[in-house]
Amino acid sequence: MKEIAVIGIGITKFGELWEKSLRDIAVESAINCLEDAGIDRIDSINIGCMSSGLFVGQEHLASLIADYLGRLDIPSSRIESACASGSLAVRSACMEIATGVSDYALAIGVEKMTDVSMGGATYALATAADQDYEAFHGITFPGLYAMLARAHMERYGTTREQLAQVSVKNHYNGSMNPNAQFPFKITQDTVLNSTMIADPLRLMDCSPVTDGAAAVLLTTVEQAKKLKKHPLVVITGFGSATDSIALSHRKELTELQAVKTSAAKALKMAGKTIDDIDFAEVHDCFTIAEILVLESMGIIGKGKGGPATVDGYTALDGKFPVNPSGGLKSKGHPVGATGVAQIFELVNQLRGNSEKRQIPGVKAGLAQNMGGSGGSSVCHILELK
Amino acid sequence: MNVPRHWRETPERYRMEAAKCRKCGKISFPARLICPECKNKVFDKINLSGKGKLLTYTIIRTAPEGFVDIAPYAVGIVEMKEGVRVMGQITDCDLLSLKTGDKLISRFRRINEEGKTGLIMYAYKFVPDVGI
Repeated sequence: MKEIAVIGIGITKFGELWEKSLRDIAVESAINCLEDAGIDRIDSINIGCMSSGLFVGQEHLASLIADYLGRLDIPSSRIESACASGSLAVRSACMEIATGVSDYALAIGVEKMTDVSMGGATYALATAADQDYEAFHGITFPGLYAMLARAHMERYGTTREQLAQVSVKNHYNGSMNPNAQFPFKITQDTVLNSTMIADPLRLMDCSPVTDGAAAVLLTTVEQAKKLKKHPLVVITGFGSATDSIALSHRKELTELQAVKTSAAKALKMAGKTIDDIDFAEVHDCFTIAEILVLESMGIIGKGKGGPATVDGYTALDGKFPVNPSGGLKSKGHPVGATGVAQIFELVNQLRGNSEKRQIPGVKAGLAQNMGGSGGSSVCHILELK
Repeated sequence: MNVPRHWRETPERYRMEAAKCRKCGKISFPARLICPECKNKVFDKINLSGKGKLLTYTIIRTAPEGFVDIAPYAVGIVEMKEGVRVMGQITDCDLLSLKTGDKLISRFRRINEEGKTGLIMYAYKFVPDVGI
């Protein structure tokens, strides 16, 4: 298997991009990525997108995006695993490089969510749950995570204030990210006084509805070494796993099994343990999700995620910084783009290009991206070589 | 929702029909073709008792399309007496006094309707089990 390097990264502004279409943002992120790489060659296109069909009535992105990229002669495919679609597209691009099928593989993550009403977006997102046995009964995504939050609070004594601090931390980080949808700081009171969405989760516990796209260009480490444009960043491990789509079929409600397994696989492939990792971008679609993910991956002990957040363990200047980009909460969550945007942040941090939110001296980072209520999870380990 | 899509789920939705693995005894709700525990493919149909206890729940304040008129409403995961877990709404109670561990029983209720000429969808909801 060939070793994989990331040689280009690109992203769009995240937010309500009313003047731009799905194809506009997908192509814009790819142009930024190719310019960053200083390479104008792609051998395959791997597109992560959750639900362009429901959000803009457009399927067949393989053709649409290839066409508007002006690359009609190469393999193009769309990869879907709900909110984990982006990182699965990166994994697919990794396979292209590892197997030698492509010398240069492009992964694009994209979602255009604001062309529908809030009700339409809620409906589209709910398709990541079991339609016949969860959504049928009127459950929403905030509702599913609210049930996980209640279970965690009752089992471990996690408090409302501790959950709020996840959001406060991520907004602080995001306030230094020019691409973020909500680049401003908030206080604990902002979270605790925001509208109740699904008890015990409030509006400011929830990631927003966002338009955005991100892209990364991969090649072999051998090829990347010949390019001197950027410090060499290598994908040394990736792991992917699934769990039951329905929460009612999980044996455990205070741990996400797919997250645990996908992280273990990625670490094993990289020949590392979690202690060797300096920082992470994780899937904080809701405040409780960041706590569940950190505990499931073994970064923090079971039930300790809330207190550790309050103590600053996961802060930008903490022992293990989490979501330096601002996470899904502040940066925004264009679902199919999120996994690729996490890789963008990891590469920028490892290159030392993250300006005000740069974590000093980082050598190894982990990205964790999940679908639904944890029904799928994909992890990548990136290292500076 | 078209008619066959709702109609084909009626054994589960109307009488909580589940599948019990003939080899390991694991109950699946809804029925599956492969037992998630032992991978066996032969099952017996059973009807769940409808009795169970509340494991976790939420109160939906911002409801999806089709449920806006009944919000706020509670949705929870109920562990049935038979061991299998089922997600459903919890009704006929003071939502704010709900607690995990509460004893609940299923009742046949209207879940959703598609306007005056559309489908009316019925299924189980859970209510407090007061032992009557």
